[in-house]
Amino acid sequence: MSGVMKRMGMIFRAKANKALDRAEDPRETLDYSYQKQVELLQKVRRGVADVATSRKRLELQLTQLQGQSAKLEEQGRKALALGREDLAREALTRRSALQQQVSDLETQHRTLQGEEEKLTLASQRLQAKVDAFRTKKETIKATYTAAQAQTRIGEAFSGISEEMGDVGMAIQRAEDKTAQLQARAGAIDELLASGALDDPTGMAKDDITAELDRLSSGSDVELELQRMKAELSGGSAKPAIEGGASSQSAQPQDRPDFHKR
Amino acid sequence: MIVRIMGEGQWKLADSHFAELNALDDELLEEMESGDEAGFRRTLGALLDAVRRMGSPLPDDALEPSELILPAPDASLAEVREMLSDDGLIPG
Repeated sequence: MSGVMKRMGMIFRAKANKALDRAEDPRETLDYSYQKQVELLQKVRRGVADVATSRKRLELQLTQLQGQSAKLEEQGRKALALGREDLAREALTRRSALQQQVSDLETQHRTLQGEEEKLTLASQRLQAKVDAFRTKKETIKATYTAAQAQTRIGEAFSGISEEMGDVGMAIQRAEDKTAQLQARAGAIDELLASGALDDPTGMAKDDITAELDRLSSGSDVELELQRMKAELSGGSAKPAIEGGASSQSAQPQDRPDFHKR
Repeated sequence: MIVRIMGEGQWKLADSHFAELNALDDELLEEMESGDEAGFRRTLGALLDAVRRMGSPLPDDALEPSELILPAPDASLAEVREMLSDDGLIPG
């Protein structure tokens, strides 16, 4: 039975290239992608090396064939010098067959050279692309790391703002309480003024004031009474005191009343 | 051998350490399969600690394939189980 880490490793390798953007960490998938590109580049380079090896092998064969061809030419020349035209003809016929092979190999060599040049160019381009990707990958990784840090900072800030919120709430509560107290004070003043509440604070009128008030209210009552009596007894609207003090013609029944007092 | 802890990075470990890691890893799998959340958390912590302790961390710009991959330290039993389900680590 394979453990968790082995199974995760297998699954990750099997699946990562299918959904690179959905993997757990973009940095990881970027590394994976880069690794794949490097592998591809290595394949291309191996291809270039293989073609170059084939080219070398052809060059060796060509050298060998050209050597044989030169040897046959020399043999033909010697045979002619010795008067053996038949041998010379045989040598030149073989040389001609070799020349055909040489010509075929030269064609192959040129083709391979062309392939090699193309592959070398492709390899260089791919190398440049992979290098560019590596730079981009590192940039993205750095950006991602920065974004992560930013998120953490953001979270810290939201934590601070929560605390600030708490402070705001405390201020609000204090304000509410003040307003409540002010309202309550206003209400108490009104209640005291209306007499619905007894004032326990010593703001009540003192005894002397109360007595003076009582006296003043008593004399008001007497004055009113006199005025009413005067109205009833003869239409004089003058206050009785005034009448009593300024007019001798006042009626006699007014006087005893006045003096009763 | 190179081990990746998801979300954390990679560590290079000598092969001689794998006996200990394998024992913990098998224990972790058993706990995951039996649904022992507490045991799973404990063993995962021990396994990650062992990797960090015995291994040497690879630099961030190193490019080495991970042969073994471990869940992130805060991964839950359910999450790991889901990763290892038929759909695999990455859906699709």
